[in-house]
Amino acid sequence: MSSIRRRLFLILLAATGAVWLMAVMWIQHSTRAEVGHVLDRRLEESARMVASLVMRQGDGGLIDPSGGMVRAAALPPAGLHPHERQLSCQIWGLDGRLLSESEGAPGAPLTDTPDGFSNSVIDGQHWRVFSLTVKEGGLRVMVGDAHSMRDRLTGDVILGLVAPALLILPLLAWAIWLAVGRGLRPVESMAQSLSGREARDLSPLPDADAPLELRPMIAALNGLFWRVGQARDREQTFTAFAAHELKTPLAGLKTQAQIAAIAPDEATRSRALAQIATGVTRTDRMVRQLLDMTTVDHATRNASLPQDGAELLAEVAGSLEARAKARGVGLQVDVAAGKRCTTRSPVLLAPALRNLIENAIQASPEGGTVEVGLTCGPDSATFRVADRGPGIAEADRPHVCERFYRGSHRQPGEGSGLGLTIVATAVERMGGTFRLTPREGGGEVAELVVPREQATE
Amino acid sequence: MRLLIVEDDDLLRDGLAVGLRLAGFSPEPVATCADARAALAVGGFEAVVLDLMLPDGSGLDLLREIRAGGNALPVLLLTARDGLDDRVAGLDSGADDYLGKPFELDELGARLRAILRRAQGRAEAEVAWNGLTLDPARMKGWQDGAEIAFSPREFTLLQALLERPGAILSKSFLEERLYGWQEDVESNTVEVHVHKLRAKLGGGFIQTVRGAGYRLADPS
Repeated sequence: MSSIRRRLFLILLAATGAVWLMAVMWIQHSTRAEVGHVLDRRLEESARMVASLVMRQGDGGLIDPSGGMVRAAALPPAGLHPHERQLSCQIWGLDGRLLSESEGAPGAPLTDTPDGFSNSVIDGQHWRVFSLTVKEGGLRVMVGDAHSMRDRLTGDVILGLVAPALLILPLLAWAIWLAVGRGLRPVESMAQSLSGREARDLSPLPDADAPLELRPMIAALNGLFWRVGQARDREQTFTAFAAHELKTPLAGLKTQAQIAAIAPDEATRSRALAQIATGVTRTDRMVRQLLDMTTVDHATRNASLPQDGAELLAEVAGSLEARAKARGVGLQVDVAAGKRCTTRSPVLLAPALRNLIENAIQASPEGGTVEVGLTCGPDSATFRVADRGPGIAEADRPHVCERFYRGSHRQPGEGSGLGLTIVATAVERMGGTFRLTPREGGGEVAELVVPREQATE
Repeated sequence: MRLLIVEDDDLLRDGLAVGLRLAGFSPEPVATCADARAALAVGGFEAVVLDLMLPDGSGLDLLREIRAGGNALPVLLLTARDGLDDRVAGLDSGADDYLGKPFELDELGARLRAILRRAQGRAEAEVAWNGLTLDPARMKGWQDGAEIAFSPREFTLLQALLERPGAILSKSFLEERLYGWQEDVESNTVEVHVHKLRAKLGGGFIQTVRGAGYRLADPS
């Protein structure tokens, strides 16, 4: 499992380590250069010192270039520091004889270079050598030190720096760990307040004193809470209403059934049975509308393939023909032929159209005609359903699309109060518009405009 | 017993009207608060069966109106919303009883008889006078231990008289008890049924008070 704290800790630790490592490398480099520079000067100076010593006492002096080798053996061997011991001196005659050498100096010449600095390898050991030729004295002074000694010097400097750093490193890691933890405390407290919540608690998280970085997350969460809460409330209300709305017709059916059972005469019984049949038809429509409502609430917009609007309209109208006939109402479908008018979401559009036409049939007086039409615009399809019913009362107009609103002056036997809600919800989900207007000469016109699919012309 | 039924669902309203008539009541069905107010203004009801969700308002509001007007008419609430809160709100608004949908017709009848009995200040279900005992739940009667069969209308008429022993009940009051006001009542229906009752119970059981109505004779 990934942890922001661990991640931040590792990143910070790696970054700090890298910076340290670079600093060490830089220091090592500059120290090496500095040490080399200083030691070179010392080599040069030592060589000149030796040469001048030798030359000053040239007449019967310390060294006779023509004489044998003189070793400074007279001096007792000093318990010298290894660094110092690595400084070796040789005095050669220009004829190639070794005139003198310091204690511990190698037997071979330190360098082939007659004058100045050079590097050489003697017996596998790397040397830095300064040689100075003194023509008047006929000799050549070579002073050298081992590279390993120089490296040790540099190493000692670096070690002096790194050792305390290595001791500090765990301390630094601990401090970083704590600091990261402290920096992440707002996240932790948010997590705590979220995990401590009850499942039903959808109140927004407080964002007043939340850090800037967490605010977008809190805002997104609060937005989600709100949407979930809305959906839950709607569902609860819907379920409660649906239960209530179904209980009443059920009570009616049950009562009629009981009447049929205890009816003292045939007329009463057959009347009760007829009532039951009507009640079942109505309840059936209501259950279908509840299912439609669920569909338009939950179906995804692209759950179905696009379909030609005219075809869909004809299908829906066809399925309602029997109902229209039973009520003595004509159903006239008017669609411009030839032109395809593809609509995107038949799964949403079909229930909307069905409920609109059903309402129109319900509202129409016997012998009336419901006119259904489709007009195809450049980027939209307009469905129109017109009836010659009593129309919608002005007082009810603002409320007709509310769930289970049935109007204050409704006719007996009218619907569940869900039909127009289904239409409005479906249209909203399709990104269309829906309008109810009084019809000239009486009745109501419903206009449903939905976006038209262009791609599959 | 004349009842006002306020229920907006056609199927159920019809069922209540027919079912309660079969159970010996005289139900008067209306569908809206407005119609209910009009009917209550005319009066003559002994109890109300009231739905809560009506197209033009809430049954609870109507109930509060009735109670605010000082009317102690027994009211039974009939509703699909039968959660505890709803029942409490209903009863606190002045309802005498509460029945959730769907219900049994028999239970509705029994509850109606019970709230009517309480309204009349009686504890026992049966009414008795002068050797005659009536059981409204079963629409049966006994005189001196022998069961007597009555038709629903005869029983309704007799029950009205037994609920107020000694009081004079007008012919129009008895007609109202027998039918809903939308039904045609033949002008001599009450006389016909009183005649039949006298044949079953003895000529002196029901007295005719000329110009006023009918009353039960005092115990002999």
